[in-house]
Amino acid sequence: MNAPHTQTEGYIGRRMARTEDTRLLTGKGVYVDDVGLPGMLQVAFHRSPIARGRIKTIDLSAAREIPGVYAVLIASDLARYKVDMLSFFLALPTVPVPVLAVDRVTYVGDPIAMVVAQDRYIAEDAAGLIVIEYEEQDPVVTLADAKHGSLVHPRTDSNVAAATGSDEVDEDLEALLAHAPHLVSIDLTHQRIAQSPMEPRGVVAAPQGSGELTVYLSCQGPQLAARWFAQAFGMPATSIRVISKDVGGSFGLKGQPWREEVAVVLAAQLLKRPLKWIEDRLENLTSANQAREQEIRLRVAFDNDGTLLASHADYGINNGAYPQGADSNIAVMMFLWAAHKLPVFGFHARGWYTNTVGLAAYRGPWALESLAREVLLDRAARKLGIDAIELRRRSLITRADQPCTTPMGLQLEDISPAECLDELLRHVDVAAFRVEQAEARKQGRYLGLGVATYIEPTAGSTGIAVLISESAHIRIEPTGKVSAVVSTHSQGHGTQTTMAQVIAERLGVLFEDVTVHEDDSSRGGYGSGAYGSRQAVAGGGACIRAADLLVDKIKLMAAHLLNAKPEEIFLRDSVIHVFGEKEQTVSLRDLADIAYGEPDRLPEGMDAGLEVQYRYRPPPITMTSAAHACIVEVDGDTGFVKIRRWVTSEDCGVMINPAVVEGQIAGGLAQAIGCVLMEEISYDPRGNPTAVTYKDYLLPSISDVPDFEYHHGASAPSKAEGGFRGVGEGGCIIGPPTLVNAIADALSPFGDIPLQLPLTPHKLLEVIEGRSMARPAPTQPKASTPADAPSEKPMSVAEAVVHEPSSALTPVPVVETAGIDGLWKFILSTPMGPQAFTGKLATSGNVVSGSFYFNMDEASFTGTINGNNLKWDLKVTKPMSITLKYDVQIQGDKLVGKVKMGIFGTAKLSGERV
Amino acid sequence: MSTHPIQLTINGRRHDATVEGRLVLSDFLRGDAGYTGVHVGCEHGVCGACTVIVDGLAVRSCLMLAVQADGAAITTVEGLAADDGTLHPVQQTMRDEHGLQCGFCTPGIVMTLAALTGGPNKANSETLLNALSGHICRCTGYQGIRRAALKLAGDAA
Ligand code: FES
Ligand code: FES
Repeated sequence: MNAPHTQTEGYIGRRMARTEDTRLLTGKGVYVDDVGLPGMLQVAFHRSPIARGRIKTIDLSAAREIPGVYAVLIASDLARYKVDMLSFFLALPTVPVPVLAVDRVTYVGDPIAMVVAQDRYIAEDAAGLIVIEYEEQDPVVTLADAKHGSLVHPRTDSNVAAATGSDEVDEDLEALLAHAPHLVSIDLTHQRIAQSPMEPRGVVAAPQGSGELTVYLSCQGPQLAARWFAQAFGMPATSIRVISKDVGGSFGLKGQPWREEVAVVLAAQLLKRPLKWIEDRLENLTSANQAREQEIRLRVAFDNDGTLLASHADYGINNGAYPQGADSNIAVMMFLWAAHKLPVFGFHARGWYTNTVGLAAYRGPWALESLAREVLLDRAARKLGIDAIELRRRSLITRADQPCTTPMGLQLEDISPAECLDELLRHVDVAAFRVEQAEARKQGRYLGLGVATYIEPTAGSTGIAVLISESAHIRIEPTGKVSAVVSTHSQGHGTQTTMAQVIAERLGVLFEDVTVHEDDSSRGGYGSGAYGSRQAVAGGGACIRAADLLVDKIKLMAAHLLNAKPEEIFLRDSVIHVFGEKEQTVSLRDLADIAYGEPDRLPEGMDAGLEVQYRYRPPPITMTSAAHACIVEVDGDTGFVKIRRWVTSEDCGVMINPAVVEGQIAGGLAQAIGCVLMEEISYDPRGNPTAVTYKDYLLPSISDVPDFEYHHGASAPSKAEGGFRGVGEGGCIIGPPTLVNAIADALSPFGDIPLQLPLTPHKLLEVIEGRSMARPAPTQPKASTPADAPSEKPMSVAEAVVHEPSSALTPVPVVETAGIDGLWKFILSTPMGPQAFTGKLATSGNVVSGSFYFNMDEASFTGTINGNNLKWDLKVTKPMSITLKYDVQIQGDKLVGKVKMGIFGTAKLSGERV
Repeated sequence: MSTHPIQLTINGRRHDATVEGRLVLSDFLRGDAGYTGVHVGCEHGVCGACTVIVDGLAVRSCLMLAVQADGAAITTVEGLAADDGTLHPVQQTMRDEHGLQCGFCTPGIVMTLAALTGGPNKANSETLLNALSGHICRCTGYQGIRRAALKLAGDAA
């Protein structure tokens, strides 16, 4: 039979209009602030006006007198609830994070009290009448302050929040760098960024029934949020349901609930009333966790022909006071040279606590690796006299070089930055541009071309427990229509459309017949939602597998009912066709009627109904590659940058909906433009935020963002189901180096540009005019210059107290080995956050043996004893093969020590006897 | 707190209310009147998400008080499509051109475009793009929004 051409062929790959848009364009979306419940009260927070200090007194009396105020709560009111403010990885923080500030404040905006009132106006009136007396202290604001200033958190031994890479100098690597024909080094700083979703954070919390809690939340995935709440609250008796219908963007900010959302949920339980808090923009720019604020010194040794010989990176990132997971950003190191032939690489990375709002995720959290590498390669090209594109070609790993393993242990199978670069150059005539550029310079016009390549890990499914698999549950309803519950979640991603495209094509039904639900944690199984550019790959793969299983069942069922063979059945446009001797058609509705209503007619042993659930785990990592070029003109009189052209060449595998893919690339690039040219969260020396409205925090507008050109000629299907690759973060990663390189090229007649983002007109004009244009520095009050204060300045009493020698340095008593044997509880501070596990130690002479127990898994080791010092090695294979070297001091019923983790540096270990 | 009776037309229907003097129009439209398609992205006049049409002009409803709208005729994004659900040309063009992702900035952008393309003097693309430079969209990089504006001005390729 010649099958007729039908609509259900080719939904995957089609530029379809989005299902979501009809409701969003007509004002029928449901964002969290659109939810109203009977008796619902509104919340406003009273926040710290100083960056650091002790709370002396709190006076709530005037606030409580305002008519319409229902309650005013502070930390002690919520103390009956024990909450672990978990990281995104669901790890416990090393420094406990209070829900509301207790005794001390740690940044401007630190929430101290919450007013619950009949409307937000009254709540804010009352919040303004709360009187708090502080003993103010000098804050630690910048990375430089953190390294030399006083401790941000008492009971820590330094301001290092997280560390990877050893403190010891690698002599061999230093020798390689020192003796290479060329050493190129850059120091680059990246400003702090506010993720700035147009809808700020928000929550409605409603206690219901006995022990039920419904939370309407602006978030990145309702299942992850529900899991976080349940685990953080330790309330197994309370069933937590998170509903998140439409979300107005997130970009990493709403990845997990944080202090304000948690405070509202607790207060709703305490007061037994539905409560709503909607973050306003002032709060969002001052009190929502932020991102980036990093510095890097990158050094690279080159041979005369441009071959990479060795590299070292020294990296720091401001974690603020309460990061959503203390972080030294191991991914920066993992991916810095992952696509390049570089034999030797070392690094030192530190995350630092400061008295600023905490660190959160932001689109491509590790993006600095591409920026630093690509900027350095351009500088090296100029220094070595090799064309910048040629220099990249000599070191990029090509398809022909794979499979291979990077020095950091990453296995590469199908990255293609080199091939993307070739494709890019088919669309950008570099030679013609150079002619135009030379002509323009003669007229005093400064054009520049920037090129960058990158690879992006997407849809990871190994090593991070919350990011492994996604679930799809597909039903042919008794009506014959298709419902799917998928663990994806859109904050603009359009997954209700793309997942329906996948399902419709694989089932053979009309797109209009498929409804995708992803807005309610109680509807389906666990999944992380939008995280790590995973939805197309992991969610799409789950939809394919589930749909294929359902098709199998439909074929068996229809074959049985129609007296045909399963191979003779196929579905097209929601109709079941039988071909062969007696051609006929049956509607899905008719089949569903039998499946649900007359299961006795089904084949022997077949279950009633027409539904399938599948949980898909994609390959460990699915790589996306790209090369971009942009052309700018920098105005020599004003320093303004005009972007004239931007060309992208991406290998994003099979595209489900090219319009959605392009939307992700374009959105990321617009954010990159903001990063490079204008966005900046800044603080004065007292830790006061100085960009608190969108008049000070500048976002790109339509006139700042050019039309983007898209090319996919270098694309190849991935190994994941469907051949998809992730595209959520890439624009934000490759955009900054592409633009910075173009600006550097434009201004190359004047010398190097400063590598301190953002590259404002002011900074560029300084390069063009060759002079400083800094305004004379305002004179600061004496106490307000912590950055300049010598580190040995006399400490206040409060600071002196926290500088007590840490337990690791306390002289340890000699112990009997008999005091070692038995069960211990350990906490290892890994780059992913602290990891807790139990273990058994047993001694015999000067040999120690033992086992660690992780959730139904076990690892055994033997080592040596010397007095109260124990040493042993433990080989692990996950997330990569590495030997962990333990060095432990027993101190009575406690132990402290460190664990060397190869190239990842040293992690702290603590433990106590169970 | 002073309260004031107001009477206005919203999307063609009369609306009577007594409001506090300090109540902002965007809060009134969302909360009291129930038009939650009016979005508030900054409350200080920069982002444009709260834009509605007041007596024919695109206005930032976060910068106006409800009492100032006494006697006015207001159109929100809920009032654009026909009763049978047929989208307004601006809405349809935005949909065709993939002019939105999260949809939070969208009502404001739609109302500005509707105000400028609705009257007898159809705005040209330059006017539309200038007006759109007062709207922030964090998701789309403005690609589809620009295509939609050019198409509405009749300048599309
Ligand atoms: S909310 Fe009115 S302009 Fe932003
Ligand atoms: S679509 Fe999300 S802000 Fe414009």
